[in-house]
Amino acid sequence: MTTAFRYVGKKRRTKEGPRFAAGRGRFVADIALPQMKHVALVTSPYACARIDRVDATQALAVPGCVCVLSGEELCAAVDPLLVGVDAPLVKRYPLANGIARYAGEWVVAVVADSRAAAEDAAEKVQIGYQPLPYNVDAEKALDAAAPLVHPEHGSNLLYRRQFVWGPVAEDFARAAHRLSFRARWHRSATVPIETFGVLASWDAGRQILDVWASIQMPKFPDQTARALRLPGSAVRVHFDVDVGGSYGVKRGIKHAVLVGYLAKKLGFPVRLIEDRLENMRGGDMHGPDRIFDMEVAFEADATIRSLKIRALDDVGAYAGRAPLQLGKPVGAIVGPYRIGSVAYEPIAVLTNKTAQEAVRGFGQSPTNFALETALDRIARHLGMDRVEVRRRNLIRKDEFPYLIPSGTTYDSGDYHAVLDKALAAAGYAELLATRDAARAAGKLAGIGIATCLEPSGGNSAFEPLFNPKNETTTWMDSCLVRVDLSGSITGVMNTSSAGQAHETLVATCVGEILERDPDSIRVVRADSLVALPSNSPVGSRMAIMLGGAAAGAARKVRERLIAIAAHQFECAVEDIEYRDGHASLKGAPAKRLSWDQLVEIAHRKFHLLPPGVEPGLQEKFVWQVPTGGMLPTPEGRIQMYPCTAFEAHLVYVEIDRDSGRPSLQRYVCGHDCGVMINPQVVHGMTYGGIAHGIGAALYERFAYSDTGQLQSQTFMDYLIPSAMEVPALRIVDHCTPSPLTTFGQKGSGEAGYLGAPAAIASAVNDALAPLGVAIDELPMTPHEIWQRTRGVRR
Amino acid sequence: MEKKHAVAIEVNGKILRAELPARLTLVDFLRDEARLTGTHVGCEHGICGACSVLFDAQPIRSCLMFAWQADGHRVTTVEGLANADGSPSVLQDSFCETHGLQCGYCTPGMIVAAHALLEENRAPSEAEVRAAIAGNLCRCTGYQQIVDAVLLAASRKK
Amino acid sequence: MMAMRLARPAFLIDINGAADLQGIEVAAETITLGAAVRQRQIERDASLAARLPLLGKALRWVGHAQTRNRGTLGGSIVHADPSAELPLAACVLDATLLLRDTTGETEMPAREFMLAPMVVAIAPEQCLAAIRFPAWTEARSGCAFDEVSLRHGDFAIVGAAAQLALDASGKCVRASLGTSSAPIPQAHAKIAQRLVGTALDDATIADAAADVARAVEPDADLHGSADYRRHLAGVLAKRVLVAARDEARGRR
Repeated sequence: MTTAFRYVGKKRRTKEGPRFAAGRGRFVADIALPQMKHVALVTSPYACARIDRVDATQALAVPGCVCVLSGEELCAAVDPLLVGVDAPLVKRYPLANGIARYAGEWVVAVVADSRAAAEDAAEKVQIGYQPLPYNVDAEKALDAAAPLVHPEHGSNLLYRRQFVWGPVAEDFARAAHRLSFRARWHRSATVPIETFGVLASWDAGRQILDVWASIQMPKFPDQTARALRLPGSAVRVHFDVDVGGSYGVKRGIKHAVLVGYLAKKLGFPVRLIEDRLENMRGGDMHGPDRIFDMEVAFEADATIRSLKIRALDDVGAYAGRAPLQLGKPVGAIVGPYRIGSVAYEPIAVLTNKTAQEAVRGFGQSPTNFALETALDRIARHLGMDRVEVRRRNLIRKDEFPYLIPSGTTYDSGDYHAVLDKALAAAGYAELLATRDAARAAGKLAGIGIATCLEPSGGNSAFEPLFNPKNETTTWMDSCLVRVDLSGSITGVMNTSSAGQAHETLVATCVGEILERDPDSIRVVRADSLVALPSNSPVGSRMAIMLGGAAAGAARKVRERLIAIAAHQFECAVEDIEYRDGHASLKGAPAKRLSWDQLVEIAHRKFHLLPPGVEPGLQEKFVWQVPTGGMLPTPEGRIQMYPCTAFEAHLVYVEIDRDSGRPSLQRYVCGHDCGVMINPQVVHGMTYGGIAHGIGAALYERFAYSDTGQLQSQTFMDYLIPSAMEVPALRIVDHCTPSPLTTFGQKGSGEAGYLGAPAAIASAVNDALAPLGVAIDELPMTPHEIWQRTRGVRR
Repeated sequence: MEKKHAVAIEVNGKILRAELPARLTLVDFLRDEARLTGTHVGCEHGICGACSVLFDAQPIRSCLMFAWQADGHRVTTVEGLANADGSPSVLQDSFCETHGLQCGYCTPGMIVAAHALLEENRAPSEAEVRAAIAGNLCRCTGYQQIVDAVLLAASRKK
Repeated sequence: MMAMRLARPAFLIDINGAADLQGIEVAAETITLGAAVRQRQIERDASLAARLPLLGKALRWVGHAQTRNRGTLGGSIVHADPSAELPLAACVLDATLLLRDTTGETEMPAREFMLAPMVVAIAPEQCLAAIRFPAWTEARSGCAFDEVSLRHGDFAIVGAAAQLALDASGKCVRASLGTSSAPIPQAHAKIAQRLVGTALDDATIADAAADVARAVEPDADLHGSADYRRHLAGVLAKRVLVAARDEARGRR
């Protein structure tokens, strides 16, 4: 597709930028309502304990304290929160319900006139705990003797299934080689700088609960209403709140239910802004915590025949959407490779750790890390170059659309071209020479390579895949475009954003179709009572879905304008030339109606409207994700996300032998996400994703002691990379448009994060290879590296 | 009732007088009392830098200072860095030009740190820019376009 | 500490304004800095860069700009985080702390001040008023500060500092060496003393570094085992001795 776009694909400053640069964003903590009260939380110090007694007497005596809410009251008044898998007896409430199941779980909520007073009062709440047996080891969770996190559920097994797609046993039997290994992705997450916050206000006169939240969560209004036992039309979520980063994590249902309940009970607006400890210990902040056991069967020429993947994920003490993060990778289970059969066994277990929520990529990054480790191991086994092993297995550009064994079709791609571009940009041959020279000088030096996929489009078919009782197949988004009497265009979107420049996205797409300057197009957000259906910015879906919806609505407006003009000129619509918002008769340019004239007819001149055309100038477009709409087959085959973007990472690392400290010195990412609607925005998210990946690979870990205490609960110990840890990053673009989307765009919100950990692990292991040592565990801290290399001579 | 202390703090060029409890931090004063919500709170432990403001023209972490400590001093927040007519400064505009911001949460602190750098060093190297913003954590941008913004601003101000 | 509600003082006194605690006095034999001198000020003071270069080198590792704009020399020493850079520098330089109360002033060697992580030998009614450093007047001296931290600006997993002086023939005439590897920063006085009179050849330095590794008793934590810290103490001791020696050799 070589259509020249006018606005799509061009450099354009975002609409959002000016307010953020000026410090005029509107984040939830910036919103204050009169008489607003503040919440602080009392959390459990134990990994598991029964709550015998809550004494609020002293707390209530603290000046300014308004209310002390225990789980006993709350859990009787609200419904348990939704679990993504079929485990109705794994119940979850915003506050512990009789038993606190992890250290940091919220036990009591204290409400006061100020946050400081709430914290003062929280200190005075007296809770009688009876410690109970606990387990924080994922592998021990399935032992018969393991303490049960939810005794009613009967085991610590939350989900398990064995998928077999294709002739796995035969392929393993026939292949010349096989190898197996374990890879560990320790618990980390994308931890935004803004914690989660929610403000709720109950309007008793209208019987509406108004909610402002720092939110990125599909069906947030619906789930909040349900839990509060309110009709959906009684909850109005305001999506025009700026969200200070989310990258998957800000699910916030429990916070909203807690605060909504308090607002309704107290008759005052109530606001909870997590402090960093509440956030890290008990918020929606934890991500995948996985052990992969991998087996791979391959030939002497490195052709991979089959894969066996066992993925054990330590979900923590409760289940929201987290177990589903084992399901999304099904849609790209073979990565970008031509692998004919796969056995996949996802296992989600409960332990007494903080409950996981969703993280950027929804499980794809850990899976890519395991896959890429397999590729590197094959190369090492055969003594073959790691790039060459990938070349031989990458799906070729003439093989698209490509159906993978688990039932998903990859839409388009030219993986070899992107890989070549990345290698060229990194100066691969010269990089090898640099590495070898460094090694000759006694240094540990390595080059890392990862080629992997970013599924995009958010067909969240892992929901029915992992829970047959949940027959959801609708994954939609929408946009309304209106042109007012003055001729100004407004696009209305129906969800909140956390830095993805969606306003700019909508304006660009609408402007492209209407041929009007995006800078002149206003974009606003509806609240949930007025909104059209949206499934939120998850799964790298908004460029595709919101972009498509915005373009769809704009197209209908354009068609209406053309119809109005055709009616004036008494001709067929095909005879109208539409240019820059003006319409003229083909071949007779003097017969022309300007934008303003068309607008005026639409709004005021009913007598000139074609029959059947509505007055005014507004159109909505609601659409389903392309290729979606089906339930999984009995073998668990399913078309997951419609589009697949591709990334090829090259990274050069040197490791200080004495301290084990790695230093990333060159980083190139080849990236193909089809047509980029706003290249700077896409690049920005890719750079950010790489930085997240650097954190996961080298620095970040939610580490637990043997007694179930979270050891990294502040930024002193949970180490987020700064501008000194993230090197200069270079992206080289390629464009293989998607045949499924409006402009050929693929989604790209998770870019960089999905391949960086794999690439960095590859680099570190390449550096350690001359010592015969490998690390297949993230994060690879200096201490870990030093432990593995100490005393090993070359 | 908590004891209150009278303070007079110059914020963005204007003297603000207030009676404040001793334990109110400077960032909470700026946000909740002065209603300058551009300065953000990310950790309250002095690590993330989102709360950075200029204190007597030097960048500091306002979550680690009590508001009364600013009595008689000059504080400049991101809102005070715009031009006198309210238009964005060269630095703020450069952030928009290079897309050095996404969610906007770390941005005010970044701009404060970058502003201080450029006041002292007209032509910083890339390494100097990175060192100057090393105390400001960002999770959206990977820092690349932020560094580009600061270098662009430096070149534009020459 | 206060933000996390771990410290709850009943009274808080802001000493930022006390003029007695400011001031930098550079004399022939000593350099005295007020406890409330800002780290930023030390970084930018030309006379200190000349007479007390180890402080400036230590400060390169201290936090970030925002930290150093408010942090003070005295504050860091009294806070006594085991992995902080300035307490280590004070130990290595054998500084004397001037502790003042209403009755007068007491002198306390920095090397005896830190008792345990964040526990110092100061009485409740005393305030650290100034820190006095002995001046090194040898023409050929050099110093170095190095550390291993996880990220730029983090507290050190292990830090090391050294200052050496040579005579005209290159023989060591004065030596000071210290490491911070928890529980408290240590000045390795005996090991440093054994370097005096030697040519500071690589083998001698390697031996001294090995002695340091044996002398430290580090703790383990989330970021590293005791063994790792012990190993790093030796590695960094060697690095700073080599760097200090090479700097001194470069001087005439």
